[in-house]
Amino acid sequence: MLQYVIRRTLMLLYVLLGVSLTIFLLMRLIPGDPALVMLGERATAEGIADARRSLGLEQPLAVQYLIYVKHILTGNLGRSLHTHTRVAEELWARFPATIELSLAAICLAGGVGVLAGIMSATRHYSLLDTGFMMLSLAGVSMPIFWLGLVLIWTFALLLGWFPPSGRLDVRIVLDPLTGFYILDSLLTRHWQAFWNALWHLTLPAVTLATVPLAIIARMTRSSLLEVLHQEYILTARSKGLHEWRVVTRHAIRNALIPILTIGGLQFGMLLGGAILTETIFSWPGLGRLLYNAVLSRDYPLVQGGTLLIAATFAVINLAVDLLYMLVNPKIRYE
Amino acid sequence: MRSRLGILLVVLILLAIGVSIGRAQAPVKGGTLVFGRGADSVGLDPAVVTDGESFRVTRNIYESLLEYKRDSTDIAPGLAEFWVTSASGLEWSFELRRHVTFHDGTPFNAEAVVFNFERWMSEQHPYHKGVFEYWKSMFGGFPGFVKSVRAIDEFTVEFTLEKPMAPFLANLAMPMFGIASPTAIKRHGDDYFKNPVGTGPFRFREWRKDERIVLERNPEYWGEKALLDRVIFRAIVDNSARLLELQAGSIDVMEFLTPDDIPTVKSDANLQLVLRPSMNVGYLWWNVEKAPFGKLDVRRAIAHAVNKPAIVEKLFGGIGIPATNMLPPSLWGYNETVADDVYDPGKARDYLAKAGLPNGFKTTLWAMPNPRPYMPQPTKIAEAIQADLKAVGIQAEIVTMDWATYLAKTRQGDQDMYMLGWTGDNGDPDNFLYWFFGQKETRSRYYNAKAAQLTAKAQAILDQEERTRLYREAQIVLKEDVANVPIAHTTPPLAAKNTVKGYIPHATGGERLDTVWLEKQ
Repeated sequence: MLQYVIRRTLMLLYVLLGVSLTIFLLMRLIPGDPALVMLGERATAEGIADARRSLGLEQPLAVQYLIYVKHILTGNLGRSLHTHTRVAEELWARFPATIELSLAAICLAGGVGVLAGIMSATRHYSLLDTGFMMLSLAGVSMPIFWLGLVLIWTFALLLGWFPPSGRLDVRIVLDPLTGFYILDSLLTRHWQAFWNALWHLTLPAVTLATVPLAIIARMTRSSLLEVLHQEYILTARSKGLHEWRVVTRHAIRNALIPILTIGGLQFGMLLGGAILTETIFSWPGLGRLLYNAVLSRDYPLVQGGTLLIAATFAVINLAVDLLYMLVNPKIRYE
Repeated sequence: MRSRLGILLVVLILLAIGVSIGRAQAPVKGGTLVFGRGADSVGLDPAVVTDGESFRVTRNIYESLLEYKRDSTDIAPGLAEFWVTSASGLEWSFELRRHVTFHDGTPFNAEAVVFNFERWMSEQHPYHKGVFEYWKSMFGGFPGFVKSVRAIDEFTVEFTLEKPMAPFLANLAMPMFGIASPTAIKRHGDDYFKNPVGTGPFRFREWRKDERIVLERNPEYWGEKALLDRVIFRAIVDNSARLLELQAGSIDVMEFLTPDDIPTVKSDANLQLVLRPSMNVGYLWWNVEKAPFGKLDVRRAIAHAVNKPAIVEKLFGGIGIPATNMLPPSLWGYNETVADDVYDPGKARDYLAKAGLPNGFKTTLWAMPNPRPYMPQPTKIAEAIQADLKAVGIQAEIVTMDWATYLAKTRQGDQDMYMLGWTGDNGDPDNFLYWFFGQKETRSRYYNAKAAQLTAKAQAILDQEERTRLYREAQIVLKEDVANVPIAHTTPPLAAKNTVKGYIPHATGGERLDTVWLEKQ
C-alpha cells in the first residue's frame, strides 16, 4: 500500500506540472494586461510599459515559464502582481477559511444526503421518496446565488437568527493560531468566538451544501436500490433480520463505494468552486481570491492558487481510494 | 407682571430647546465604526497603489504636506503650515508643522519629507520598489517636473521645479502623497504595505485579508484627536448583501449603492443617504479614426440623438445630473454658458443626411461590464443609448466583455463607440481637461489642436483668473467640435445608520473619519 501511495504521489508531480503549464499559457492567452488593470482608466503608454517592466512581464514567455518552474521547485510561488504579497502568504491567509467552509458543507451534505437517500430507497415510490427526490431535484438546479440571498434575507434580515455575512463578528478578537476559527476558538477556549464562528458558518455551509447534498442523496438512493435487489439481501431478509439492520449492516457497505467517489469529487469541487457562496457571504476564502485574481490578471496568484487546488483535489482522491479499502476489504492496492 | 412672566416662560422654553439641541448634537467620544465596502484594500502604502479602497484607509493613517478642506477641494495646510513661491514659480518653500511624530515615534521633520519625495521620484532610490503610478501621472515621470527637494533646516523644505506647474499644490494634497515614517519603510522593506506608519489621526492595528482592517485612535495626534476609538473596514463584495448587513445593523456605513437600492435606503427610518459632491464624468465617445466618426456632422447627429436627460433621470437613481462638459460644474473653470446639444431626433437625422448618410449606418457600442462610480449601470445605459440611436437610423450593436479585456481592447482602438468615464484626483480642471485634451486621447484618438494649446498653456501659469479664462474657452472649442458626448456627473452615494454623525462626504471619493461619532441610542 505504501508503494501505491508513493506511486500516486509521484504521478501527482506530473499532473501539477501539466496544470502549471496549462494555466500559465491560458492566463496569457486571454486578452487583458495586468499592468492595465492595475492602472485602470488612468493608464498611459509609458505607465503600462513601466509597470510591465517592474512586474517582469516584458521577458519572452518561455523565459517567464522557466523562471516560474525554477521558483516553484525551490518552494517559491512568487509575489502577487497586484498586492506584491508572497503568493504562498496570500493563499495561506484564505485556505483555512475555504477548508472550514467546505468541510462543514460536505459533512452536512454527506450526513443529510446519505440519510435522505437511505430513507428514499427503503420507502421506494412512497410519498416521502417522491418528496425527497423532488427536493433534491430542486437542490441540484437551484441557482446558488439566489438561494444564498434568499437565506440571508429570510434568516438574517427578517428573522435575525443568523448574521448576513462574514466569518466572525469584527468586534471579536481571536488569535489566529491555525486560521481555522472553529479550531482556534476551541484551542484558546474562547467560547464566545466559537459560537460566533459557528453561527456565521451556518448559512454559507447550508448554501454550499445544497448541490452536493442533492447529488449525494440521489446517488445513495439509486446505489442502494440496486444493492437491495441483490440476492444476498433477500437471504438476509429471509433470515428474519429487521429491515433497518439489513440496510445498515449489509446493503449500505456495498452501496457506499459510488457514494464515496461522488462525495470525494464534490468535496474537491467545493474547495475550488465556492466562489459564489464566498462572494455572497463575503467569506474570505480561496474562491473569491482566485476570482478576483483572474479578473485582475494576477498571473502568479492564479497559478499558485490553481496548483494548490489541483494538489488538494488529488490528495482527496487518493484519500477516497484508500477509503475504499476500509469499506470493502476485497479492494487491495499493490 | 403678566408680560414679565410671559417673557420668562419664553426664555425658559428657548433655553430648554437650546439644551436639548445642544445635547443631541454634542459629539460623543468613543465607539467603533464598521465601514462596509465592496473590496479589500490592495495595499496600505499609498504611493504604490491605485485603488480607491486602499486610499479610503490610508487617508486616515497618513497626512500629506497639504490637505483638501473637509468640504471642498480647496487647499488647506497639512503637515506644512505655510508655503511661499518665488516669482518665477520654480522655487517653493514649505514651513513644516512642529511637534509631530509618526505612530512609531519617529520625529516628523524635513529629513522625513525629503526621504519620502526622493523615494517616490527617483527610480534609483533603494526603497523605490513597485509601481509609483500616481507620482508618475501627477508629476510627469521620474523625477518628473520636480527637479529637487532639499531640507533647508529641520522644519523647512524647498522644492525646485523644472517648469512652473499650476496643479503642483493641488497634487501635494492628494492622499497618494501621504508622508510615511522613513524608519518603518526601512524596517519593513517589501512588507511595508501591510505595516503602514504615518502621522494621521488613526493608527494601524490589524489587517486580515478580505476580512477586516482595524484602525485605532492615535492618542498622540498633534491636532484635534479622533472621536472614534476604532474604525473597522470590512469587505462585503455583493452590493445587496452589503445593504442587508447595514439593515441588520452589523455595519454602520456602506460604500456604493446601486440606483435600485436608493429608494430602499430613503424609505428606511433607520438609515440615511449620504451623497458625495460630484467630481467625475461618465461619457459616450468613439474612435475618430474609424468611419464615420471623423465627420463633424455625424458627431453632431449622435449628440442630438441621445436623450441624455431621460437616461440620467431613469437610470441614475437620482444621483446624477446630465453633463454638458467633461469638467464637472463643481470645479472652478467650469463654463456654464456652453449650451448642450439638445435632444432632437429630427435634427440628428438632418445632420446624418448632411454627412451623406441619410439611412444612418451600422456600428458597435461598447459598454463596460461593471458599474463604475460615474456610471452605475452601464449595460442598461448602453441599451437606452442604443434605442436612441436606432430611432435616427444608427444601428449600434452592444458589445461587452470583462473589465480587463475592455480596458485593453479600447486602448488598442478596436471599438467604434464606447462608454467610459473619469474620476478627478486633485480638484484642478487640469486633471480633467489636460488629461483628455492636452494630447491625442488614448482610446478615442481624438485631438483638437486648439484645445491642446489652451490646456497646455493653462497648466504652465499660476494666475488662477487667467487659467479660468483658458479652461472656459477650451470648453467652448470642444463643444463646437462635438469632441464627445458627456453623459452625466454623479454624486456617488453612501448609506449610513442614522446614529452616524459628523460624516463629511468628500468629492475625492474618500473621507477622513476623525470627525465621525456615533450617537448613543
